[in-house]
Amino acid sequence: MDQTVEAPGSLADPGALGPSGSSPAAARASRATLTLRWLRRIAGIVPFGVYVTLGLLLPMAAVAVGAFQDNNGNFTLSNLHAATHGVYLHGFWQSIILSVVTAILPGIFGLLIAYAVFTAKRGTILRQAIVTASGVFANFGGVPLAFLFVATLGASGLATRWLADIGFNPYDHGFNLYSLVGVIVVYFYFQVPLMVLVILPALEGLRPAWREAAENLGARTWEYWRFVGGPVLLPSFLGCVLLLFGSALSAYATAEALTSGTIPLTSIQIGSFLNGNVIAGQENVGKALGLGMVVIIAIAMIIYVALQRRAARWLR
Amino acid sequence: MAAIARPREAGPQEAGRQEAGPRRSYPVWRWVILIVAGVYFLVPLFAALRFAGIGAFGSVISETGFTSSLGLSVRLAVVTTVVTIVLMLPTAVYVHLRLPKLRRLLEGITILPIVIPPVVLIVGVLQIAPGFLKSTPYLLALEYVILAMPFAYRAIDAGLRALELKTIVEASNSLGAGWGSTLWRVVMPNLRTAVLSAVVLTVALVLGEFTMASLALFQTFPVWIVVNDQTSGQVSVAASLLALFVTWLFLLVITMIGTRQARRTGGGQVTLFVVARQETRGD
Repeated sequence: MDQTVEAPGSLADPGALGPSGSSPAAARASRATLTLRWLRRIAGIVPFGVYVTLGLLLPMAAVAVGAFQDNNGNFTLSNLHAATHGVYLHGFWQSIILSVVTAILPGIFGLLIAYAVFTAKRGTILRQAIVTASGVFANFGGVPLAFLFVATLGASGLATRWLADIGFNPYDHGFNLYSLVGVIVVYFYFQVPLMVLVILPALEGLRPAWREAAENLGARTWEYWRFVGGPVLLPSFLGCVLLLFGSALSAYATAEALTSGTIPLTSIQIGSFLNGNVIAGQENVGKALGLGMVVIIAIAMIIYVALQRRAARWLR
Repeated sequence: MAAIARPREAGPQEAGRQEAGPRRSYPVWRWVILIVAGVYFLVPLFAALRFAGIGAFGSVISETGFTSSLGLSVRLAVVTTVVTIVLMLPTAVYVHLRLPKLRRLLEGITILPIVIPPVVLIVGVLQIAPGFLKSTPYLLALEYVILAMPFAYRAIDAGLRALELKTIVEASNSLGAGWGSTLWRVVMPNLRTAVLSAVVLTVALVLGEFTMASLALFQTFPVWIVVNDQTSGQVSVAASLLALFVTWLFLLVITMIGTRQARRTGGGQVTLFVVARQETRGD
């Protein structure tokens, strides 16, 4: 418990130091008074700090520690070794490929839809409908989504039959809904709306005055995008794409429901450890896989934050 | 991913201003994009409707396990929402008033659940949770509070930014109100839209969450849909569609309420969520 109270305290440091550092009188005040004042200042965020520590940080720490332990609690690197080889390494690659594809393509497609919505000022109803629908579909996932696509693109789905009627049965051309390609198609269903939602504000940051100024200076449409709109939008766009990457990487329910866990994705492999499909002696490999996912996402987030900083500079 | 109230100028005026500028004719490519998107998003809905058949919607309710699983999900939603608001609202207000320098840090902490996969989080939770918590489904509610944090905090934070928080709190204090009464009777009513979006997001999240519930072996509504699919697929599809439409209706109502309030007061407007917003704009 001690530790949990301390965690938010140390974080509060800069806020507490600011005012006391600026006034010499306060600096001379006794240490005890300062500590007391500082404790009182941070008291308001202690419940939140404790909650986050218990509900988020401790479990994550348990995963990280478990990744380095064998079943008896002794230190070992064998979990990490197992997690980075063979079927699990394959799982990481499949997950990364899936996430990259379902980040970039929906990113571009979502941007186009968002721009179409953004410029459709006169049709406010269209705009409202698309934006609300995006909110719903971006939240939509898992089992219901899998059902939708089984009914549509499954072997005897509606769209499959339509396509077969016009002489193009996708299943004769190597398509399979229950493969990686199928999962990618399904992920579009929540990734595209998510992109629309996160990129719209960035589009609203494009001031009409910039376009007018560019036009007054004789710029054509493509020149405006090449020299003004594009550079301003690019950092936000890349940031949103990274967000989609994280969303796709951590998605579990949809692929699990669609393929009954047969597709080798890291999130599904972790889930199978919890479902008890484990070889004896490898129980903690699931934690090593979890640690691996967090590392991948951390790298993506670092890039995201850096890009957002750039975007902030452009839009000042 | 969700809806958020964010500060901006009153909607109608802004729309009017931009419309006044030189607008090009509406090019063909936009229609092509919107039609392609429409086909991709509507055909699966249509296919699922055809597959389920109208009759299945009627029999959803009488299916075994429907009531108990939906009941559990609703109870979890209520508990999660209450804990979220009780935890996040005072914290956000306190940080805005007393520790503004911590705002960025809080933003950083509250975004963590977005980036940490739930499937990893539940592994750790099941390891460290004490036995009495593991045996009750309310363990899920406690974790859903964490999952809802990014949306709830951002919704409340955006609402707070749009307020003259310091002024109204000082006014309330100088009129003799204590902290609790200031929060409940002064800050809360001013944040109605923001809190409303936080609630909707949280409820939507809880009603749809599958990963943690299934791995912790509790039969919530989404888990039931899957289990039930083994016996009657059509009913499960019907239940899924129902869940989708109900969420949509929910969001639409909230957006409409928020927009109307914004027109009246010129305050915050409910728009659909965005993480990027705060970062791209700075403050």
